[in-house]
Amino acid sequence: MTSVVPAAPRSDWAETTRIFRFGTHVLAVTYAEVRKLRHDPLELATRAVQPTLWLVVFGKVMAHVRGLQTGNLDYLDFLTPGVLAQSALFISIFYGIAAIWERDLGVLQKYLVSPAFRSALVLGKALSAGVRGLSQAVVVFLLALAMGIALNFHLMNVLLVLVLIVIGSALFATASLIIACVVKTRERFMGIGQVLTMPLFFASNAIYPVHLMPGWLQLLARINPLTYQVDALRALMIAGGSSSFGLAVDFLVLLGVFVGLVGVAAQMYPRMVT
Amino acid sequence: MSSEPIPAIRTRGLTKRFEDSTAVNAVSPEVAPREIFGLLGPNGAGKSTLIKILTTLLPPTSGQAWVAGYDVTRQPARVRRVIGYVPQMLSADGALTGYENLLVSARLYNVPRRERERRIQEALDLMSLRDAAGNLVREYSGGMIRRLEIAQSTLHRPAVLFMDEPTVGLDPVAREAVWEHVEELRRLLQTTILITTHYMDEAEHLCDRVAILDEGKIVAAGSPAQLKAQAGPAATLEEAFIHLTGSHIESGGSYRDVRRTRRTAQRLG
Repeated sequence: MTSVVPAAPRSDWAETTRIFRFGTHVLAVTYAEVRKLRHDPLELATRAVQPTLWLVVFGKVMAHVRGLQTGNLDYLDFLTPGVLAQSALFISIFYGIAAIWERDLGVLQKYLVSPAFRSALVLGKALSAGVRGLSQAVVVFLLALAMGIALNFHLMNVLLVLVLIVIGSALFATASLIIACVVKTRERFMGIGQVLTMPLFFASNAIYPVHLMPGWLQLLARINPLTYQVDALRALMIAGGSSSFGLAVDFLVLLGVFVGLVGVAAQMYPRMVT
Repeated sequence: MSSEPIPAIRTRGLTKRFEDSTAVNAVSPEVAPREIFGLLGPNGAGKSTLIKILTTLLPPTSGQAWVAGYDVTRQPARVRRVIGYVPQMLSADGALTGYENLLVSARLYNVPRRERERRIQEALDLMSLRDAAGNLVREYSGGMIRRLEIAQSTLHRPAVLFMDEPTVGLDPVAREAVWEHVEELRRLLQTTILITTHYMDEAEHLCDRVAILDEGKIVAAGSPAQLKAQAGPAATLEEAFIHLTGSHIESGGSYRDVRRTRRTAQRLG
């Protein structure tokens, strides 16, 4: 073997800018997650079951309930964006478990000892949740197509739907990461995960309109990011759909919450190993 | 006018207190460049805590430490650029291939893009992993995983490499292979290496100097030969260890530590 010339670490540093390194770190983490999916795609296949059940079983039955006033949309049209957001949410909200698992393994320690930016590590994880969310978008789109739901296929609309899914998935994955940093064990996380997902889902406009809710629940729905995601999805994804808050508000709320959460998570993530 | 080389690791009264215990109590070890330094001690002696402080994972309660001249509490980002760390637990990702693990590390450690491929191939050669590079790590043997982890943590040519119990759970053949590769690494990359271990043969085989840690304090330090001499003529390092820590009875090691070590051993085995 030829001898290895030790290069001074400093020279590695001089030539790249901060922002470039930040991007490289984010993509390194996302790359790892995406490669794992490639090696074991079965996970994504099993994830397709839940949205199918919601649309084909729940949706089909509830469509007969005349009392659900969903404006100018059929109930199934109304429900489809909700089911998409929900299936992405259910993937993301358990991201914290994976983080705890990585801590127990030692993978997290290795990440944290590296010079990678803390916020880049968090953002990388969040983006990989976005990739998982996109797989759900494909499933729900195909399903909706098969069920004859009035989808809007304008290129811009489809692109914005995909962006919304990435932001929403990333947001809830980051929230999940923060919870993991607080509870620190898988057992406790399982309990909290269950307690959180259902209220997030039910206290939103995903499966019924907000105006049918009692006042206190409407308030909860209004501070629930899922509501804004579904609101925008409904406007963009469904032919004839419209937004109650305005698309700009929806996107700003989601982005604002996401950036805030990444900031908090970047502070808390290193404490998970102590 | 001779200028002393900067110590690879310098510490002053390093202390870490947890709610109900003092894990590290005013220790001040110093490690010279290119040295292989061993931290010995029974389970729960504070070895891992000390390593976590030096690798910036855990802030000390009091005292100071410098790694390659950088202060671990004031300049943690600087410290992280110049160190490598192989945790006691399995840090290689089993769901990725060996190559993918290395690529992720190269990116996180800011190895320039055009250097990455060359360094990864070098590391694979150095750790005798070239043939297994495309396989998923969960199919690796314990010794191969350890060597991959060492490769991952040296891609950026760290000045100081920390290894926490590098051969725990490995069979004798795999342990020897890890030792050989660690020595090769020091020879080629001139890396300072700090390992923790509770295997006396490991310390004797690998380390230039060792410090024996007991209940958070350093009870002895020196070359393995010096420590043996302290315990009497013809003493083994094992005997020196028992002599110096003053106990035959197993103490320390919380339930959590034990569970973690066993899990690691189970996965490696």
